[in-house]
Amino acid sequence: MADLAQRAGGARSAARPAGTTAPPARQRSRWSGPRARTRLLELGFVVPAVVYMLAFFGYPVVQNALMGFQEYTTRTFITGEAPWVGLENYRAVISSSVFTQATFNTVLFTVGSIAGQFVLGLAIAVFFRRRFPLGGLLRSLLLLPWLIPLIAASAVWRWILDKDTGVLNQVLGGLGLDSNPGWLTSPSLALVTVVVVNIWIGIPFNTTLLYSGLQDIPEELYEAAALDGATRWRAFRHITWPLLRPVVTVVLVLGVVYTLKALDIILGLTQGGPANSTQTIATQSYNLSFQQFDFGQGAAMGNILIVVSLAFAILYLRVNRRALDE
Amino acid sequence: MSLSASLPLPDAAPASGTTDPTGTSTSGPARPPVRTERRSWGSTVAGVLILAVLLFPLYWMLNVSLQPAGSAVATSWFPLSPSFEGYTTALADQGGNLLTSLLVAAGSVVLSLVIAAPAAYALAQFRVPGAGIVLFGILISQMIPGIVVANALYSAYNDLGLLNSLPGLVLADSTAGIPFGILIMRAFMGSIPPSLVEAARVDGAGPIRAFVSIVLPISRNALITAALFTFLFTWGDFLFALTLTTNAEVRPITLGLYQYIGTYVSDWSTVMATAVLASVPAVVLLVIAQRYIAAGVTGGALK
Repeated sequence: MADLAQRAGGARSAARPAGTTAPPARQRSRWSGPRARTRLLELGFVVPAVVYMLAFFGYPVVQNALMGFQEYTTRTFITGEAPWVGLENYRAVISSSVFTQATFNTVLFTVGSIAGQFVLGLAIAVFFRRRFPLGGLLRSLLLLPWLIPLIAASAVWRWILDKDTGVLNQVLGGLGLDSNPGWLTSPSLALVTVVVVNIWIGIPFNTTLLYSGLQDIPEELYEAAALDGATRWRAFRHITWPLLRPVVTVVLVLGVVYTLKALDIILGLTQGGPANSTQTIATQSYNLSFQQFDFGQGAAMGNILIVVSLAFAILYLRVNRRALDE
Repeated sequence: MSLSASLPLPDAAPASGTTDPTGTSTSGPARPPVRTERRSWGSTVAGVLILAVLLFPLYWMLNVSLQPAGSAVATSWFPLSPSFEGYTTALADQGGNLLTSLLVAAGSVVLSLVIAAPAAYALAQFRVPGAGIVLFGILISQMIPGIVVANALYSAYNDLGLLNSLPGLVLADSTAGIPFGILIMRAFMGSIPPSLVEAARVDGAGPIRAFVSIVLPISRNALITAALFTFLFTWGDFLFALTLTTNAEVRPITLGLYQYIGTYVSDWSTVMATAVLASVPAVVLLVIAQRYIAAGVTGGALK
């Protein structure tokens, strides 16, 4: 009621005396008294999170956007100067020979990883839908490769895949295949190897999400279908797949977004080499900033990655909204 | 302590739900029980085989870590005469780094919960102005590559003197825990009946007291899940360790391991012992808090 009267007073703004007294009175009615105090306190619940998100996501994005237009190198840290160079960083980054390769590698790495993780993850999820002794235990142990630090995983894979002493070549040699391929050291093999290792890392995540999606499909549907003679493959095609679609979309989009920015596993296995054969946009951004100390070009590369990710983000949010609506 | 104390409950829940072996009877009494039994044990064998293939690298990590140092030529398949040399060297070299990782991870868990829990509650239950924008921002933040954040933080940290510092790493590493924590706790806190909190408010408790004495205890499971994942994210962080530290003073274990494998490696048993030590928290947490882990993987993505 008081608020209404206040607003009415505000509308008569031509009247000076009313105009000068109204604002403080209005403020008091909104931000004091027990209810207003509660509202302020409630706002206080969110403020720290908002401040943090702005400082650690908002600021970096804005700062990177600016740095992309600046000559930002080690000299900047000494002199404090970062001259504006317009689109020079983008021109340099895109015209370099690494860029084409990195883009190509990023696409192959992402598509290959997601396809492998998804197909194997789904197969394993469907398998674990059966009820059998120790099923739950085995399913949760499956998560281990995903939970250990990526650097620990890449360390052991480097040793398994080692050209001369790794266990993989040992076994292949024992089988009579004595070619001793350099899985991580040959430019033609390294990217495929990195994709395979990344598939291994992503299977648990895919399996767990898809499994929980499968659990939401009512058992009765399968029983009814079985009465109609639909089993196995046909049941999968006509019941499982259509009902799993929302989860599938979420899994795929999240997978793409996470894989696009993946860095640890590539740095751990190959550091982008040999001869840039496993360099992606993300690792190249790291290289430019933290190996060549050209933060401007690194930022430009990072911004390109953001734009690509955002294209998927839009898809992700649309999917998410649809999932929430259901 | 509180984790193991809560174990009987969560463990009992999934057992009676999805994985109960006797649950096979739901597939109909028409099927002879003996056959079902045999078939399901067959599935167990297949399941063990799948797992054996997928977990082989982890076995190999453990196996190599227990081999005597320097036996490079052909690693044997089993650590028949286990040697703890690798672990001795690893602990001597990397003991301090393990401690650094532990401190950073613990700090990040505390910071993330303190910031995320109230925000999650407010976003779930209050009519906060701009709540939609905040949520949108959190979802968008998941698309921002870590290298972009690191790129900008490096110069900011350089100015603020936060490079090579524990607080610097705790703050940067919480970029994983805080958004995840808000999403997962908000999903849970949305299901708390408002009447519970209103009752306390009628008794004169302010929003903060009602939050601490009612909401937090009820949300224990969501808090544990958020804390577990924040710990694992931070413990496994590599990018911020790599970019925001420049000397050996503050060096997390992931970076220590990276520097081991970055140079030419002659002593793989030490490297693998370090990898095993770096993986211990994941194994321990998975064993004692299995249900929270599974809940976190699905909840973070699907809610």
